[in-house]
Amino acid sequence: MSDLGRTAPEDFAPVGDRPPASLLMINAIGLSTIVKKEVRRVLRIWLQTIVPPAITMTLYFIIFGSLIGRRVGDMEGVPYTTFIAPGLIMMSVITNSFGNVVSSFFSGKLQLHLEEMLVSPLSYVTIVLGYVAGGVVRGVLVGALVTVVAMFFTDIYVVHPLTTLVTVLLTAVIFSVAGLINAIFARTFDDITIIPTFLLTPLTYLGGVFFSISLLSPFWQKVALANPILYMVNAFRYGMLGKSDVDVGTAYAIIVAGVAVMFATALYLLHRGTGIRH
Amino acid sequence: MDALLIEQLRKVYPNGVEALKGIDLTVREGDFFALLGPNGAGKTTAIGIITSLVTKSSGRIEIFGHDIDREREKAKSLIGVVPQEVNLNMFERNYNTLVNQAGYYGVPPRVARARAEKYLKALHLWDRRDDIARNLSGGMKRRLMIARALVHEPKLLILDEPTAGVDIEIRRSMWDLMRDINASGVTIILTTHYLEEAESLCRNIAIIDEGRIIENDTMANVIGKLQREAFVLTLRERVSEAPALNGYTVRLRNEHEIEVEVAKEQGLNRMFEELSAQSLHVASMRTKTNRLEELFIRLVEGKHQGVAP
Repeated sequence: MSDLGRTAPEDFAPVGDRPPASLLMINAIGLSTIVKKEVRRVLRIWLQTIVPPAITMTLYFIIFGSLIGRRVGDMEGVPYTTFIAPGLIMMSVITNSFGNVVSSFFSGKLQLHLEEMLVSPLSYVTIVLGYVAGGVVRGVLVGALVTVVAMFFTDIYVVHPLTTLVTVLLTAVIFSVAGLINAIFARTFDDITIIPTFLLTPLTYLGGVFFSISLLSPFWQKVALANPILYMVNAFRYGMLGKSDVDVGTAYAIIVAGVAVMFATALYLLHRGTGIRH
Repeated sequence: MDALLIEQLRKVYPNGVEALKGIDLTVREGDFFALLGPNGAGKTTAIGIITSLVTKSSGRIEIFGHDIDREREKAKSLIGVVPQEVNLNMFERNYNTLVNQAGYYGVPPRVARARAEKYLKALHLWDRRDDIARNLSGGMKRRLMIARALVHEPKLLILDEPTAGVDIEIRRSMWDLMRDINASGVTIILTTHYLEEAESLCRNIAIIDEGRIIENDTMANVIGKLQREAFVLTLRERVSEAPALNGYTVRLRNEHEIEVEVAKEQGLNRMFEELSAQSLHVASMRTKTNRLEELFIRLVEGKHQGVAP
């Protein structure tokens, strides 16, 4: 080690405060550390995390909104481009919050640096909250960018601001935790693409992003109601446009239950050591 | 006080492999302790359990009196670990790697930044603080992992094969580094394949094989258990066959070198006298193998054949 000169025992004598004894303090500082790390990651690789979804959504607005939308006319009493705007914003929130956590947590597993957290005194709740915060930040950032893009194609307005904000945050939380659960089980890169490709994308496309379920036959309407993403998209559309295919109260009950079930599942898996401990 | 107390630790993997068969181990505070064993002996499993990366099947572990099940967070905050495999975030700035790690242990940001600077400087990585781990050499990555393990100032540092795959020069520098860390009051547990490393650094030793501790004593006592030792003698004179030395087993290595096996009670004086009597002069002498290595092989073989070392 030619560049490693001699050290002395004094070099390793403790300085500064000892680690705080309070568990609350450890977890508060730990949570803020994970959040900062995750947000730094999102911003560091902004060309992968922020820009592509904005380009994709711009294309959706051009093709489905401006070109095809003109021929479709109105849907549920609003121009088609305006109708799909909340759906496209939610679609980007869902895919980006999921994608952020699944790739960050899985790369930590793959490169083994997840062990940095696992050997520390941090609670699993803190670890989950930290990763989820990163997913929510990316989801909301991309959602905001898509909203700005939408403004170039249609009039954007918000009828119920609080409903809109709470829906987008809770949806981002659900899919951030879902991404974490996917990453917990994943062993290979294939495993982190299967769920988005074969489950998330179909459910999102069929979740009322591009159409009102009133266009479907009664049978397919009932089938569509089994898709949880439909409730999130419609709750958000209600917040923005004041229009929804489903009862907003039911939608909120499903969203809140989704948050609880996802968190409980993630914590159960981490406590069991699934995918992270031998 | 005991830095580490292990009682009846057992691990059975889901595939049925029993990696640890009920081991007991005690490491005193301030010790420099070696845990030796061949590949698959159970060393890394034991360390994995101590550091919560592996779930134990049964048994009890205490870190400075804190049970890892009942006082998980307290116990974990006292341990720093340098794993065998590089587990750095390859795309994170080296400075951030240390600040983050300190944060995971609840070190306030201001103190974390000061400590990151201190340990990057101590490990001679300060000028690479803005670089990412991926761009570091193998030796630098190892040093960064040591700095990371120290940044929350643990009382027990576990080093799992810290010098594996690094060249001799780096290894020697890291030995000095580890001595300094230990001298600063940190208890160190070292697992290594390099028995010379353990003999040079450690005061106490445990040897683990097939999930059982087969030796646990001071380094001096363990070395003292060697019954026979082989020496290689370089002779000034040229010899065509091994000289007969009464009571010693002698083998010719080449025309200037012989190998002599010496039992503990025999000593070396009589060997030199007999060589002088045959007008043979010893130019230099060295032990044939590392003594600890010799002992290790004999212990493992002896265990299988029921023979004392």
